[in-house]
Amino acid sequence: MPREKILFAGGGTTKSWKVLLALRILAFIATLAAAIVMGLNKETKTLVVATIGTVPIKATLTAKFQDTPAFVFFVIANAMVSFHNLLMIALQIFSRKLECKGFRLLSVAILDMLNATLVSAAANAAVFIAELGKNGNKHAKWNKVCDRFSIYCDHGRGALIAAFSGVILMLLVSAVSISRLSIYSNKSSTSTAAAVASP
Amino acid sequence: MAKLTKRIGALVLRLAAFGAALAALIVMVTSRERASFFAVSLEAKYTDMAAFKYFVIANAVVSVYSFLVLFLPKESLLWKFVVVLDLVMTMLLTSSISAALAVAQVGKKGNANAGWLPICGQVPKFCDQVTGALIAGFVALVLYVLLLLYSLHSVVDPFLLQKA
Repeated sequence: MPREKILFAGGGTTKSWKVLLALRILAFIATLAAAIVMGLNKETKTLVVATIGTVPIKATLTAKFQDTPAFVFFVIANAMVSFHNLLMIALQIFSRKLECKGFRLLSVAILDMLNATLVSAAANAAVFIAELGKNGNKHAKWNKVCDRFSIYCDHGRGALIAAFSGVILMLLVSAVSISRLSIYSNKSSTSTAAAVASP
Repeated sequence: MAKLTKRIGALVLRLAAFGAALAALIVMVTSRERASFFAVSLEAKYTDMAAFKYFVIANAVVSVYSFLVLFLPKESLLWKFVVVLDLVMTMLLTSSISAALAVAQVGKKGNANAGWLPICGQVPKFCDQVTGALIAGFVALVLYVLLLLYSLHSVVDPFLLQKA
């Protein structure tokens, strides 16, 4: 009796499909929000930088996200992950009636895992740089940024919260994607009928 | 026989990942340098930066986990959890490397807009050791991605794990 290794989606229920779609939509919204909020993060302020005699010298300083490579990586990575989620949502909705056999499911699971690691890397790099900006570092003599540019820091905080919820959601999406891969070994001679998709 | 070579390959890979994570941990912990200039003594150690502390903790967790999984018996039911835990460990590794890299990049190049000066000119050996730890962490990450793909392959294709 030949051994057939057929991958198909789920255990024959549509519940995992709905759960996956809901999680993907939430993850798409979260990562898109993080990318947009950080991408539009900019604050211009006129500060007194020095005092010569009694004349204060003012300079207009701008804090924008492009100053820090970690934030640039944050915006790009969140944009990539939200685009990936959008593609997967479209794939899931439009291929509801088609067969999902074999390699496509596996590649979706692997892509989900890689994107989960990408967004976790981006969120974490940004949060440590933001912590440096908020608290400074007295060993390296780096002073705080957040006391002068408080709106910039607030927007950054919002983007980071959205990104971390995106991380948790992407982890859940990966877990559900992996659990949807189930092997149907040849328990019965009608196992070829199992190749039909059950999304 | 292919089953046995695959199994040994997986064990070797996990041992290598354990070694790499442990090496990253040790190199980061032992990085310490004392420099003095203008009668001011400056000591740089890894606890100065929160990102480096997180790097050490994350690599410690990954090392302990790898060590424990090395001894998991072949037919245990826990292999399904190993896939998800491998994913979590990979996420932990990427986040720790990326955070430490971001902070190390600020230390090396500084940030002109924020008024942060680079410190690598004053403590070059510390910077070199941190770079070495990051490279070891990156090797551990690559090995862990391979291990993740392998665990996924062996759970989805259970004929490798169950008694044939």
